[in-house]
Amino acid sequence: MSANKMVHVYLMGKKYEVPEDLTIMTAMEYAGYELVRGVGCRNGFCGACATIYRIKGDQELKTCLACQTKVEEDMYIATLPFFPLVKKLYNIEDITPNEQLMMQLYPEIYSCVGCNACTKACPQDIKVMQYIAYAQRGEFDKCAEESFDCVMCGICSSRCPAGISHPQVALLARRINGKYLVPESAELKERVIEIQDGKFEDFISTLMEKPVDEVKNLYNNRDIEI
Amino acid sequence: MFTEEMIESITKVEAKRKVNAALEPRRMSADEKDEVLRKFHPDYIKEQFVKLEMGVNKGENVPLELADLLQGKSRIKASSVNLNSPTYDVDVLVIGGGGAGSAAAIEAHRAGANVLVTTKLRIGDANTMMAEGGIQAADKPNDSPEIHFLDAYGGGHFAAKKSLLKKLVTEAPETIQWLNGLGVEFDKDASGSMLTTHGGGTSKKRMHAAKDYSGAEIMRTLRDEVLCEGIEVVDFSAAIEIILDEKGHAAGAVLMNMETKELCVARAKTVIIATGGAGRIHYQGFPTTNHYGATADGLVLAYRVGAKLLYPDTLQYHPTGTAYPQQIFGALVTEKVRSLGAKLVNKEGDVFMHPLETRDVAAASIIKEVRETKGGITTPFGEGVWLDTPMIELKNGEGTIESRIPAMLRMFSKYNIDIRKVPILVYPTLHYQNGGIDINTDCMSDDVENLFVAGEAVGGIHGRNRLMGNSLLDVVVFGRDAGKSAASKAKEVTIGKLTLAHLANFEKQRTDAGITSKTESPKLLPHYAREV
Repeated sequence: MSANKMVHVYLMGKKYEVPEDLTIMTAMEYAGYELVRGVGCRNGFCGACATIYRIKGDQELKTCLACQTKVEEDMYIATLPFFPLVKKLYNIEDITPNEQLMMQLYPEIYSCVGCNACTKACPQDIKVMQYIAYAQRGEFDKCAEESFDCVMCGICSSRCPAGISHPQVALLARRINGKYLVPESAELKERVIEIQDGKFEDFISTLMEKPVDEVKNLYNNRDIEI
Repeated sequence: MFTEEMIESITKVEAKRKVNAALEPRRMSADEKDEVLRKFHPDYIKEQFVKLEMGVNKGENVPLELADLLQGKSRIKASSVNLNSPTYDVDVLVIGGGGAGSAAAIEAHRAGANVLVTTKLRIGDANTMMAEGGIQAADKPNDSPEIHFLDAYGGGHFAAKKSLLKKLVTEAPETIQWLNGLGVEFDKDASGSMLTTHGGGTSKKRMHAAKDYSGAEIMRTLRDEVLCEGIEVVDFSAAIEIILDEKGHAAGAVLMNMETKELCVARAKTVIIATGGAGRIHYQGFPTTNHYGATADGLVLAYRVGAKLLYPDTLQYHPTGTAYPQQIFGALVTEKVRSLGAKLVNKEGDVFMHPLETRDVAAASIIKEVRETKGGITTPFGEGVWLDTPMIELKNGEGTIESRIPAMLRMFSKYNIDIRKVPILVYPTLHYQNGGIDINTDCMSDDVENLFVAGEAVGGIHGRNRLMGNSLLDVVVFGRDAGKSAASKAKEVTIGKLTLAHLANFEKQRTDAGITSKTESPKLLPHYAREV
């Protein structure tokens, strides 16, 4: 690993020389930026660091998460720390999980022109246009599965000519799937009732009152499920 | 991509993989665990700790870096804040927009309180979002809350505050049900039964998950619910001091706009601190799995108004932080990787420990393997041991990695490492603040009336070490309970005259104790910008 090799990047148009093994985020910090916006978990889970870039001489505009992408020579970088997604309000208890729901809440998904720019832009490699198609058909389970890895960075929506807020559509589909479509756990339900009935109260109280040496003994000799 | 030494070692790992995968390594005895912790766990390095010289915990040991913040200077003078015209005037002020803060806000709102959530970054920017592996609850027929209690109590070295731990384990199943009812997706079989696995130190398979996005799935759903319920959320607004009233009860906070630095006042009948952990303090120079905003702010805010801390001297180092490549150095490799069958092996390809010891024991054992046994693999910036991920598919069949731990597959594939085919290099990384603010079963500080705490800022739920899957659980259990308690308490509170007189008192205590450090706290964010 050649730790000292440097590359040139353009942060918001200004040129900097940075070590080639940095991510876009750490390159900004190397350049002297004290980040407040456009930074979050720094591990690819929170979607705070949506970024647009173009390599000098290339036509294609590329998108990524700044914390998950290495810098390259002649990279023009613009951050997208906030994107105004449309978030509809609903009461998850009251909704009916059918096709009409999407028509009521997010009717713009039916204006999708099929350009697939969303999918091409997704830093998580999600088939975004495909999950929108599932949402259009009321196939919430498929929409939920296809969109599961979404970090809601909003890059897809920034590229959409139809003004769709894809991450919000997907989130609604997942909540519907989790709440209404996947069967409830019977064991879980049973256990909650047992606890409410006080079934374990005595066991725990007895355990809590035991002298610590006795508890240590119980712990060190407990059965471990294989 | 890999160095020659790594490639040579991988060949050995591959040669022994089949035998290693079938192996059930011996678990350590209690004495062996004690010894490895004493000799190799960072919490046991005496010179990294110092006695506090002032405040409620005076005389107790805390990490050097935390002492500097707890005994730090306020960012403001009382005179720079106008307490007479609060910008916000609410029943319940929730400081922090992570899992605990969001759960608290939802329950307080549902209990009829007027709620404000204030957070220094965005709602959902939190360690909750980054939790990968899962959430514990004893809902299987062969399991029970008291077995869960015993696992957690023993795993935490019999130091947990029992009343809090009891709450954690008995409310766990209902918490999962509540989350599922909000629409959180859990891994289930076709009948709806939860797919559960072991975590380090569990005696029953009670780890529930949403692939390896468990925390993200919970966090994005809670955030959506906060927004759907119309709860007011103010982003990029950090609490920098708790405001008291003339009776010495918590009555709001001074908020600072993170971009403009403008100050404003939020007055509230009750206050919930849900500010999370401290990984970005980088104790002892360790890298961290934590969120950018994890800087122990809540502990500082609480300590300045006289709330006692419990176990602030104990941190959790996650055994498997990424040791290579550099771009993701310190990033979390979820324990679920080991739950699914990957084992820890050294440079000779030998398994050197049971993969599911508790986190403190596992971290100490890895450090021992590198420092004492010399079984580590050298990287360009340190050392690590192998976590043999291809074992997962050897054991559970092809496709398991993609379906159960897609985030791990993605994280490494960005650097051309296919974890289905090659093992990954890991080393302990700073992960969790075991200690925090001492609370009672109503989630309130016994020292400061009307000051509630939930989530990672609480101390004592887990004792001196926490099991995997008990933190996602505690943020929701204690978040909800804090929200309910704070809303209920707010009904009987009449706020007195607001004051920041405690800032001058604190400054006097600093002077009296001879503390001359210029450090301002709370820290709010780490400083990563290079001096240019």
